[in-house]
Amino acid sequence: MSLVACHDCDLLLHLPPVPEGDTARCTRCGGILRRRRRNAIERTLALSLAAAVLFLVAQAFPFLSFEMRGQVTQTTLLTGVVDLYEQGLPEISALVLVTTVLAPMLQIALLLHVLLPIHLGRLPWQMARAFRLLRRVQPWSMMEVFLVGILVAVTKLVGMADVIPGLAIYAFALLIVVLAGAMASLDPEAVWEKLEVRR
Amino acid sequence: MTTSPATALAASCATCHDCHLLCRLPGTPGHGVRCPRCGAPLHARKPRSLERTTALVLAAALCYVPANVLPIMTVTSLGKAQSDTIMSGVVYLLLHGMWPLAVVVFTASVFVPVLKILILAFLLISVRRGSSWRPAERTRLYRITEAIGRWSMVDIFVVTILVALVRLGSLATIQAETGAVFFGAVVVLTMLAAEAFDPRLLWDRSAARRT
Repeated sequence: MSLVACHDCDLLLHLPPVPEGDTARCTRCGGILRRRRRNAIERTLALSLAAAVLFLVAQAFPFLSFEMRGQVTQTTLLTGVVDLYEQGLPEISALVLVTTVLAPMLQIALLLHVLLPIHLGRLPWQMARAFRLLRRVQPWSMMEVFLVGILVAVTKLVGMADVIPGLAIYAFALLIVVLAGAMASLDPEAVWEKLEVRR
Repeated sequence: MTTSPATALAASCATCHDCHLLCRLPGTPGHGVRCPRCGAPLHARKPRSLERTTALVLAAALCYVPANVLPIMTVTSLGKAQSDTIMSGVVYLLLHGMWPLAVVVFTASVFVPVLKILILAFLLISVRRGSSWRPAERTRLYRITEAIGRWSMVDIFVVTILVALVRLGSLATIQAETGAVFFGAVVVLTMLAAEAFDPRLLWDRSAARRT
C-alpha cells in the first residue's frame, strides 16, 4: 500500500499495488491514479522507433498532388506552412508548423531520449526535464486533427479537380496510430520511479 | 462520511504536478519548494489558477467574435474573388449535399469553441461563488473541455491544405485571411485556459462545507 493523492480532486487514498494491465481510479471523482502497462518501457520504445521512421517518410515524400486542367501541383507536409508565411500570416504558419511537425517530432525524440537509456539500464541525461517536456508537448501534437482537415479539404475540391494521395499521407496516417499507441502504452510512473527520492 | 474527506491539502501535503509523488509541504508555505524526486516546483494548487484561467477565457471570448465575422479565406477563380467565413464554409458544404462534413466542421469550429468557453466560464463562476454542487460532474465537464479543444483546429488545417493545393496562377488561388488568425488564437487561448484551471478547486469548497 502506498499513500497517493488524486491529481484531479486531491483526495488522499491508500493505493494497493496495481496489477499489470490494470488502471486504478479515484473513488471520489474517477480520476486515473495509476495505469500499469505490461512491458511498458519496451513496448513504448518499439512503437516510438517505428514512429521515428514513419515521421521521416511522411516528411520526405509527396503528400498530396492536385491536378486541374492538366496542371499538377505537388505538395509536401511543409508546403502549406511555407505558403501561409508567404501570404503574410506568420502566426497561423507557426501554429500549423508546431502542431503538425514540431510537436510530433519533439514527442518522438523525447520518448526515444528517455526510453532508450532506461531500456539499456541507464538513467537518461536530464530525464526529469525531458519527461516533463514530453507531457507539456503532447496536447499540441495534432496530427489526427490534421488528417480530418485533409478529408474536409479534399472533399471540398472533389468535382473541381483530381486530388492524388502520395506516399507520405499513408505514412502520416500510420504514424498517428503508432504514436497514439506509444503514448497509450507509456506508464509514466514506471519512468518516474527510476529517479531516486532525495531526502 | 461525517468528517470531511482527507485531502492532501488538509494533511499539508501536495502531489507533484509532474511525477505525481505525494510530498509533505514545509510548515511555512513559500516559494522555491521542489519535488524531492523530479525537481518540479511544488504547490498544493496551481498558482493563481482562477486569475489566469479567467484572463485566458475572456481573451478567447473576445477573439471569438472576429474569428467568426472576418473571412478566413478568399478564393480567386478566373478573376472572381469570393471570401469565406467559417459559417459560410459550413453553409457551402450543406448546399452541396455534403452534410456529414458540414456537421463535422460545424461541431469542430462553431460548437466546440463556444462549449469550451461556456463550460470554463461556468466552472470559474462556480468556484468563485464557492459552490459545492455536484463536484464529480463538474470535474467531468472539465475533463471534456480538456479533451475536445484540439478538434477546433480542423478549419485552420483545411485552409492550410487548400492554400497549398490550389495554386494555379490566374486559374485559381486561395489566400488565407485574418479571420483564421483570430480563430487560431481562440483555439490556443482555450487550450491554455483549460491547462491553467485547477480541478481540485472544484472540491475544496465542498470539503470545507461538510465540516
